Amino acid sequence: MTGVQEAPTDAPAIEVAGLYKRFGELEVLKGIDLTVKAGQVVCVIGPSGSGKSTLLRCVNRLEEPSSGQIRVEGIDILDPEIDLDKVRARIGMVFQQFNLFPHLTVLSNLTIAQRRVLGRGKTEASEVARHNLERVGLLDKADAYPAHLSGGQAQRAAIARSLSMNPDMMLFDEPTSALDPELVGDVLDVMRHLAESGMTMMVVTHEMGFAREVGDELVFMDDGMIVEAGNPRDVLSAPRHARTQSFLSKVL
Amino acid sequence: MRRGVLYALFVALIALVAYAADWGRLREQFLQIDIAREQFPEIITIAAKNTLLFTLIAFVGGLVLGIVLALMKLSTITPYRWLAIGYIELFRGLPALLTIFAMAYVIPIALEVRMPFGQVGAGLVGLILVAGAYMAETIRAGILGVPKGQTEAARSLGMSSGRTMISITLPQAFRIIIPPLTNEFVLLIKDTSLLFIAGSTIQTKELTTFTRDAQSVNANGTPLLMAAMLYLFITIPLTRLVAVLERRMAKAR
Ligand SMILES: Nc1ncnc2c1ncn2[C@@H]1O[C@H](COP(=O)(O)OP(=O)(O)O)[C@@H](O)[C@H]1O
Ligand SMILES: [Mg+2]
Repeated sequence: MTGVQEAPTDAPAIEVAGLYKRFGELEVLKGIDLTVKAGQVVCVIGPSGSGKSTLLRCVNRLEEPSSGQIRVEGIDILDPEIDLDKVRARIGMVFQQFNLFPHLTVLSNLTIAQRRVLGRGKTEASEVARHNLERVGLLDKADAYPAHLSGGQAQRAAIARSLSMNPDMMLFDEPTSALDPELVGDVLDVMRHLAESGMTMMVVTHEMGFAREVGDELVFMDDGMIVEAGNPRDVLSAPRHARTQSFLSKVL
Repeated sequence: MRRGVLYALFVALIALVAYAADWGRLREQFLQIDIAREQFPEIITIAAKNTLLFTLIAFVGGLVLGIVLALMKLSTITPYRWLAIGYIELFRGLPALLTIFAMAYVIPIALEVRMPFGQVGAGLVGLILVAGAYMAETIRAGILGVPKGQTEAARSLGMSSGRTMISITLPQAFRIIIPPLTNEFVLLIKDTSLLFIAGSTIQTKELTTFTRDAQSVNANGTPLLMAAMLYLFITIPLTRLVAVLERRMAKAR
């Protein structure tokens, strides 16, 4: 184990402090403070364009923050000295558009990063991949190409791909928004089981039922700021801020 | 009605050409069976073989060079970008013939370097330099055609940018550009005919050099007609293949 990057054991999974993000003139994140403890499921809701995706993408630095602090398991990920690839390998990310690699079979989608990043051998990588395909109910699709999967299957395969890296935490960016309604349930079930297994999760979603039942905390964002955060049941049934109330009255 | 007129015009045109042509002279100049026979087997075993071999060498060399140039042009490092842009503009702007001539005669003398594999080797270096410039633009377009989400997924799995390029982006980019690359290959088949300017030995003649020499020895155009047939024999299946590939890709979208 590398000494420098070893996290203090009691550090939160994700700690965001004073995070600002600008795209040119446009200020998209305006001072975000957020903590996700190990094992917690934090759901993020808010109107389109409020900066939810940008926040999530800053956590693994797919987006470069303009200012502020982000710690992942105690490690300052904005420190230019750290090995960002190593940090990213510990953070799973699931995208709205799945982003499976279309030129590789489902099994290879799950093994390529294990082999190239973690240096696992072929046999071990395949075993891990098959175990995770079984978890999401797709073992029979191991040799299929992504083009031959339904949206729901593709998203479950993408989740299995992330899980195959044995990440410490998972980020989800509207994982069910691109799916036909009848396929949403399977993906949410997989995510629910994942949460029950103790996975640390940060989930941007419009699925209020999932947020209420599975989430430990609910964060409402609007216009680049966190307007309200707290126990999901409280926020959903008794929102304190006018902006939260007006948003919820539109989506519920 | 309109179609009828157009067809009639076409038939009239053919008839005019057939009437105006001096068939006896044409046969005498281009269809001498004895001269045609004399060209075998060398026109196949040396000339056509060399044309294909030189095309393959120039294609592979150009592909490697093209990948490097494409990556340089997409680089975030400004001097690399400028270098690639300058190179591509230069070699696409010059006639290929001039580049081949320069590699065969000017550069070796001016810089006192010896090109590998003699004159034809020098000529091939010139062809590779030109092919790389053209292929770089094609490859760059292919790389840009791969959705950004692919890179993001790979990077978020912890893959480095180099690994992502090799394992994720380039394989998908090449799928996109198989049709234009095949076109590039067809153009190169024809461009190997420019290698005559570099000079050749008996063993390194390609189709054009070989048949031009045979034409002047016999003072007869028959070998040139044979060369034309052989070029078409190689290029037409390939251009058909491009058409099929393009149609299949359009369907896959
Ligand atoms: N790469 C980018 N360049 C410029 N503007 C961007 C970029 N990404 C996002 N934005 C803008 O930032 C704002 C927030 O976007 P996003 O984080 O995707 O919101 P959400 O996920 O809540 O819908 C939007 O106005 C969007 O247009
Ligand atoms: Mg979004």
